[in-house]
Amino acid sequence: MKKLIAVVIGVFCGGLMFAQEPHDTKKDTTKLDEITLVGRRKLSHHRQEKTLSSIDDYLEKSNKITMIKRGNYAWEPAMNNMNSERLNVTIDGMQIFGACTDKMDPITSYVDVSNLQKVSIGSGQSGSENGHTIGGGIDLKLPNSKFHESGLKSSVDLGYETNGSYRTGGVDLEYSGKKFYLNADGIYRRSDNYDAGNSEEVLYSQFQKYNVSLQSGFQLNENHTLETAIIYDKATDVGYPALTMDVSLAEALITSVTHKFENDSTFIQSLESKLYYNTITHIMDDSKRPVVPIRMDMPGWSDTYGFYSKAKTNIDKHALEVNLNGFYNRSLAEMTMYPNDPNQSAMFMYTWPDIRTLYSGIYVKDTYAINDHNSLSAALRIGFHQNEIAKKTGLESLQIFYPEIEATKNRVLTSFSTNYQVKRKHYDMSFGAGYGERAPSVSEGYGFFLFNSFDNYDYIGNPTLKNEKSIEANFSTNYHENNFHLGLDASYFYVMDYIIGRIDGSLSPMTIGADGVRIYDALSNAKIFNVYLNSSYKFSNSFSVNGTVGYNYGSGSNGENLPLIKPFSYLAEVNYSIPKFNAALQLEGNGNQTRYSSFYGEDETPAYAILNLNLGHEFNLNDNKMVLKYGIENIMDTNYSTYADWNSIPRQGRNFYINLSYIIY
Amino acid sequence: MKLKYIIPILFVTLITMSCSTDDDNSDLIINEVENLKKIKELTNATHTIELFNATGKFETGYNAITIRIKDNATDNYVENASLSWMPVMQMPTMKHSAPKSDISKSLGTKTLYEGYIIYQMANLDGSGWSLAIDYAIDGINYSITSDITVLQSEYQNVTSFMGADDKRYIIAMIEPRSPKIAINKLQLALFEMETMMSFPVVADYKITLDPRMPGMGNHSSPNNTDLTYNLATKLYEGNLSLTMTGYWVLNLKLLNDSDEVLKGENVTEEHPKSSLYLELEF
Repeated sequence: MKKLIAVVIGVFCGGLMFAQEPHDTKKDTTKLDEITLVGRRKLSHHRQEKTLSSIDDYLEKSNKITMIKRGNYAWEPAMNNMNSERLNVTIDGMQIFGACTDKMDPITSYVDVSNLQKVSIGSGQSGSENGHTIGGGIDLKLPNSKFHESGLKSSVDLGYETNGSYRTGGVDLEYSGKKFYLNADGIYRRSDNYDAGNSEEVLYSQFQKYNVSLQSGFQLNENHTLETAIIYDKATDVGYPALTMDVSLAEALITSVTHKFENDSTFIQSLESKLYYNTITHIMDDSKRPVVPIRMDMPGWSDTYGFYSKAKTNIDKHALEVNLNGFYNRSLAEMTMYPNDPNQSAMFMYTWPDIRTLYSGIYVKDTYAINDHNSLSAALRIGFHQNEIAKKTGLESLQIFYPEIEATKNRVLTSFSTNYQVKRKHYDMSFGAGYGERAPSVSEGYGFFLFNSFDNYDYIGNPTLKNEKSIEANFSTNYHENNFHLGLDASYFYVMDYIIGRIDGSLSPMTIGADGVRIYDALSNAKIFNVYLNSSYKFSNSFSVNGTVGYNYGSGSNGENLPLIKPFSYLAEVNYSIPKFNAALQLEGNGNQTRYSSFYGEDETPAYAILNLNLGHEFNLNDNKMVLKYGIENIMDTNYSTYADWNSIPRQGRNFYINLSYIIY
Repeated sequence: MKLKYIIPILFVTLITMSCSTDDDNSDLIINEVENLKKIKELTNATHTIELFNATGKFETGYNAITIRIKDNATDNYVENASLSWMPVMQMPTMKHSAPKSDISKSLGTKTLYEGYIIYQMANLDGSGWSLAIDYAIDGINYSITSDITVLQSEYQNVTSFMGADDKRYIIAMIEPRSPKIAINKLQLALFEMETMMSFPVVADYKITLDPRMPGMGNHSSPNNTDLTYNLATKLYEGNLSLTMTGYWVLNLKLLNDSDEVLKGENVTEEHPKSSLYLELEF
């Protein structure tokens, strides 16, 4: 064993030299359309990760996704250089909307790895199964039915990281019978302020959260099952170093009842119907900040009721899917400011004036297998979308800006995509084209003086915005030859009526210190392009190298660069993996962000590169199993920030971590 | 089938009947002041004059006043009086009156009369003001005088000032009386203090408006309009946008009919408040 470890270390030292040549090392990222969250029980074969990594950490490992960071918690996913408004993020097909006007609570912050089985990612219009999108869809999938008859199983996870003394603990209890299963899990995370490189403490980067979930299922008969899921997630004392306010409470209750029908001999082979309800409370405050121009509270609420019904059938060479879904959302947020002069009374406004969104739509997808090598698919989604300003005060306050508007606004949204795939022994290719539309988000349509600390402007929603429309084309190809793999993946989006803020010099900002007011408006078009080249080579069954380089481009019809466009990026990795042990050394970096968008508040982010080392062991102890993962992130203690860091807050410096999982069968 | 026609007819009949019984009920007259609070009773040998408004007290600024006269002998309310009034402030060395309207019968009521008085100042203890009411019923003249209490409003909703033309003016806010987060209709009354006792309405001047929130960086609001004179209401009217609740300063400038500034300045970083302003909080 000792010899083996010595050999591994030797290989790694060699790999280190190799990895520093990013252009020579390629990474295996063929499976861009779907990442699988490989529970907390198994070692991942493809990616080295922490067993207790958060969803955010997890998503960040995907090439397609970058996480926009406002702190150490609740990162906002972005895909194809587009974020929240242009993505459709769902939890197992359930629509759920954050309750924070400043995007401090992306949906991904209300679930934890312990709740999920996998994350399915569809780029562009291929992500429109659950709703309308421009950039793509992310569906956080809950575990499948567990009628395994495996009896009782439990596991305990513990994690510690030196940077910010981040503590994690989780327990998981599962009972699986023939007709009934029950799964309960809980996870607790707490971190103090983390240190950026060179031991620079990042103030207000602490967080604390717990998440509990309960899932159960009943097998009613051979074809019918009924399942329920409840997730409760509560974060308190969350700091946002990039913003002027923190969060004292972010709380979500996510519930669903699902009926599943499966029968291979009927016309409809599977039918899954779900009824769901979720409610979010989000309370922003600044009570922990010693110096603020003015004290304020900004609570927000979001409740969503919805359903979907998905049917699947195969007719000859056609695989047909139909998804009928609908939801009703209520978004309300308010702001109370306490003047420094105690004689003046508090100032109050609705920042989201009780906006009700009603949506119902249908999605149909047909995949036609032309022959063993070629397949063609087409998907269509059509939906009816209605916004209503429920509060009279809300309507009247927006009428200050738009005297003509009425309380309700109806839209019809369509989405269409088609894809042609060729699969041969040594290569595969995929050509896709699509058209999609989306309605403005609540903030874009109805936000009232939402301060954006990124560009330092107050934003006013615009209920008269047109639907944003996108034409996209994508191409991907992979080539395999023996142990060598090469892949290319490119997407191009031509977005019409691209929604973004326009400076209105005649308006006076409300927020003290803001530079002005931007009204949400549309550029006549914007172009977004990205291309990734990845490659891998397997020296042996256990030893491999891989690398990826990526380039992204985005500009608007006004001649300005779009904000939050990823600069040239690269990732190189050396992997060693044998049964019961794996190790990986990663080099990750970005080039200089030369095409930054000063017009939209960006500054130039310099190039950076960091090194990570991950190790994993698996032990069998009697009948039980123990998984140990440990490693060093940012080995060189580099002080850096990326283009996706809000207001350029520096990222974590060197971090030693250890995760321990103990599974009792 | 026929039931379909009978039921609506029945309903209509029921509704009309219930409405007509309400109309016939003369005992409801007492409720003509239902939503008002009594400010004061002024009494002489023959009559009691009751003064009402929404708050039950006089404060500086615009006071809409509802009046009712009771015959002390019969306890009936007088329906055919004609009234006039004169508020007077007694100062140590002089006395003056206040801008006021005529008193007219309240539309749609039997026993009520209405008018307004704009108290431009008050002593801290509310003393100093008196109100004289002359009235005539069936050709006989009567009069009542009494001290009244006028309290200082918390916010400056009236201001009296000397214009650049060496004339003294009074500006008072009439609307909005219940401001909301919206575009509010702003109505200001402008009077010239011709003498101590005479305050004629000034027509066809212009008042510019710049509302600000000093508690929040002195920010303004969009889509306000300057005020112009409305011949029908005899008030200056414009749009006032209030984007949030709280304390607002309405910075004003008064321009005469030749567009010369009589009072007030533009708000700038160095000069956060015009010398001519009103305040409101909600």
